[in-house]
Amino acid sequence: MTREFPADSVGLVTPRTQHFEERLPLDCGKTLAPYDLVYETYGELNAARDNAILLCHALSSDHHAAGYHSEADRKPGWWEVCVGPGKPIDTDRFFVVCSNNLGGCKGSTGPMSTNPATGRPYGPDFPIVTVRDWVRAQARLADALGIEQWAAVVGGSLGGMQALQWSIDFPDRLRHAVVIAAAPKLTAQNIAFNEVARQAIMADPDFHAGRYYEHDTIPRRGLAIARMLGHITYLSDDAMRAKFGRELREGKLSFGFDVEFQVESYLRYQGQSFVERFDANTYLLMTKALDYFDPAKDYGDDLSRALAHAQAKFMVISFTSDWRFSPARSREIVRALLDGDKEVSYAEIKATQGHDAFLMPIPHYLDVFSAYTGRIAAECSHE
Amino acid sequence: MSELRPDLRIIAGWITPGSRVLDLGCGDGTLLAHLREHHKVSGYGLEIDPDNITTCVKKGLNVIQSDLDQGLSDFDEDSFDYVVMTETLQAVHYPDRLLKEMLRVGREGIITFPNFGHWRCRWQLLRGRMPVTPALPQQWYDTENIHLCTLKDFEDLCDTLGIHVLECTVVDRTHETDLLMRLLPNLMGEIALYRFRRG
Repeated sequence: MTREFPADSVGLVTPRTQHFEERLPLDCGKTLAPYDLVYETYGELNAARDNAILLCHALSSDHHAAGYHSEADRKPGWWEVCVGPGKPIDTDRFFVVCSNNLGGCKGSTGPMSTNPATGRPYGPDFPIVTVRDWVRAQARLADALGIEQWAAVVGGSLGGMQALQWSIDFPDRLRHAVVIAAAPKLTAQNIAFNEVARQAIMADPDFHAGRYYEHDTIPRRGLAIARMLGHITYLSDDAMRAKFGRELREGKLSFGFDVEFQVESYLRYQGQSFVERFDANTYLLMTKALDYFDPAKDYGDDLSRALAHAQAKFMVISFTSDWRFSPARSREIVRALLDGDKEVSYAEIKATQGHDAFLMPIPHYLDVFSAYTGRIAAECSHE
Repeated sequence: MSELRPDLRIIAGWITPGSRVLDLGCGDGTLLAHLREHHKVSGYGLEIDPDNITTCVKKGLNVIQSDLDQGLSDFDEDSFDYVVMTETLQAVHYPDRLLKEMLRVGREGIITFPNFGHWRCRWQLLRGRMPVTPALPQQWYDTENIHLCTLKDFEDLCDTLGIHVLECTVVDRTHETDLLMRLLPNLMGEIALYRFRRG
């Protein structure tokens, strides 16, 4: 029996891998070679090759943005809400590319890959990668795919920061940047949350200084705690109250330390299921990339100077209940763009879901997103 | 393209082609889109309503979702040739502060507002009622218009703030003007239009 996927889904998709032999210089001073980037594409590249959109993923997601990997696949890609026929990232009109970042654990070269120097997994020896490194790697992927200029680079959260970095590092290689639920850099509070997550992983006795693969184990407890902490910052107080309140799983207090409140059950489930699908070393790397992200740093802490040469047009979107990267943080980006007289629009979406709102089907969000991408599509060549 | 509303046509006539404009409370972007297409004007619109934001984005305008009561602190001094605000002054919390802000970020200000000195308003007040007129159709308890004024009131405020009025005209609610309105603007004008700069 063949499964019917929803009409507005890209349906069955297969990841592809691009291999690179040429050394990639990294911000940390090291170089990486050879390396692979795993990616998915949806839709068709037009003859003028000007309808390509690059999606940048967030901390713990990957190249699988939309569709299903098999008939039996239960869950679609992470941005199924926004990517597909007739959706804001309309695969009938755009050729959509999404790659797993370097240092990832879903097929792109990362800590789980074999270090050619040792013949063993990189583990903790995998270099600390930055958002700029990712952009540099993606530019090579664009070269390999024959895409000189993206119609748009689009991303949410860490992915939004990556879109912003693209506009700074390769100003002539994108016409639009859509920066969603992002920030121009992390606050001390943001870094603090990341540090607690890292400490949880590194304090796990099964971490073995990052060489847990060789011990045939994973720092299960640490990674689960890191994920639980992350999840709290993705949701809003209101969203948690609405979802769980103080509801008890057994209906009464049991005067013990087992799961009692529904929210505990939810967080434990999130933590445990994450351990099955994500690598702890990658988690450490991704949080570091977030912490290091600060494009204004090389420009006297002046973001508008960092963006001075950006040629893209910008759409910046934030969500009212997002306290991880609040609307005020998006406005910092908008302000820097206004200071430089850049083309920019900004929408602040009323949402109760917190940071996670950028993954949710919120009507005003989808409307304004579609309005903007509709403009991008109208500028692309039509055969 | 459909004919531009007469009050917006007057404003468009006041704006030098090729200039930079900030439109406060730009609505669905009609004025900005017209200025861009016919006067080569660039700039931004500020708007609070989500549906209007979407409409502006669809039109390819630069629109920033903003609450005007938060001021214009995102903009540097003298960033614009004109700061325009149509029929919004009466709905903001601090009209005086916003006027000052307009002339901080812009060289000239252009403003329109419903004239509370219009004879219909005066007549209803004489009869002991808050005015409900075609230009001000809401009841006192559900109106967004919390800072209504007359032409004279506005000009007094300009004096106090050291604002120099360059031009003033009035129109009726269909945005047309006539001789009587021009002779007795504060009595016969339903909507006032002002162009001003720092004194």
